[in-house]
Amino acid sequence: MDQFAVKVFVRLRPSVLDPAGEATKSASIKLGAEGIKSLRIGKMIEVKIEGNGENEVREKIDLLCDRLFANTVIEDYEYSLEKL
Amino acid sequence: MDNFTVGVVVFPGSNCDRDVSWALEGCLDIRTKYLWHESSDLSDVDAIVLPGGFSYGDYLRCGAIARFSPLINALDDFVKSGRRVLGICNGFQILTESGFLPGALTANKNLNFICDDVELDIVSSKGGWFNDGGEKQTIKLPIAHGEGRYHCDSDTLKKLVDDELIALRYKNNPNGSSFDIAGITNEKGNVLGLMPHPERACDETIGGTDGLFTLKSLILK
Repeated sequence: MDQFAVKVFVRLRPSVLDPAGEATKSASIKLGAEGIKSLRIGKMIEVKIEGNGENEVREKIDLLCDRLFANTVIEDYEYSLEKL
Repeated sequence: MDNFTVGVVVFPGSNCDRDVSWALEGCLDIRTKYLWHESSDLSDVDAIVLPGGFSYGDYLRCGAIARFSPLINALDDFVKSGRRVLGICNGFQILTESGFLPGALTANKNLNFICDDVELDIVSSKGGWFNDGGEKQTIKLPIAHGEGRYHCDSDTLKKLVDDELIALRYKNNPNGSSFDIAGITNEKGNVLGLMPHPERACDETIGGTDGLFTLKSLILK
């Protein structure tokens, strides 16, 4: 069995308003940071997972992302995978 | 009607389960039974309420974890049998996360947790959940949520409108919901999800009785 470290990024779709991102953008500007054009907040999920090769692990991660980690009505996801 | 029993689902973090039970039993004389989320035997209940609260601490997304409970897995057959399911607030979020109703509920536009009475237009009489009376009517119900902004894509919205699946719309949109949507039904009409709390409007002494009709309609066939 191979072990992989997976980092999943879940983001609100571009068409979905992100009020928390807007509030953080506003605070960033109050802090004095200049030039911020856009600020949106997502989630990062770290998973360590075993499987017989990368393809099998990708299948498992795809299922997890599609059914649990992200709500695809409002969110997109992508992930990176590193063999340990 | 004597034996008609409404199952009130209790998840870890539900906090309106007893309010719903009280409103049904105390105000409407309808028998209730609490259903723990790990139970999948729905044979002795005739309708189900998914109450408000913060199931599983709202971890990941509101309603996302509740979707995987044995009870929600058993709900598919229950809904297909035509029996009625009412999802209130967190219950509505669970119904969208689990695919019984389309769309999703996201953070309120202004980020506030809104606790207020709101005026609502009854849009559709599908399922008989509201006292339609043939004319457009307005009711007043309390809301209490931080993540009640209904969102769906334009195709879904068109379908909701065309098929008369929008049950309630806010008169003054408090949270940024698409098309002012406060509640929707499935196509058959036996599943209703809404952000307002009808169980908190069942007695004049606490501000109104506009929620009674919806709870009472659980006993409709």
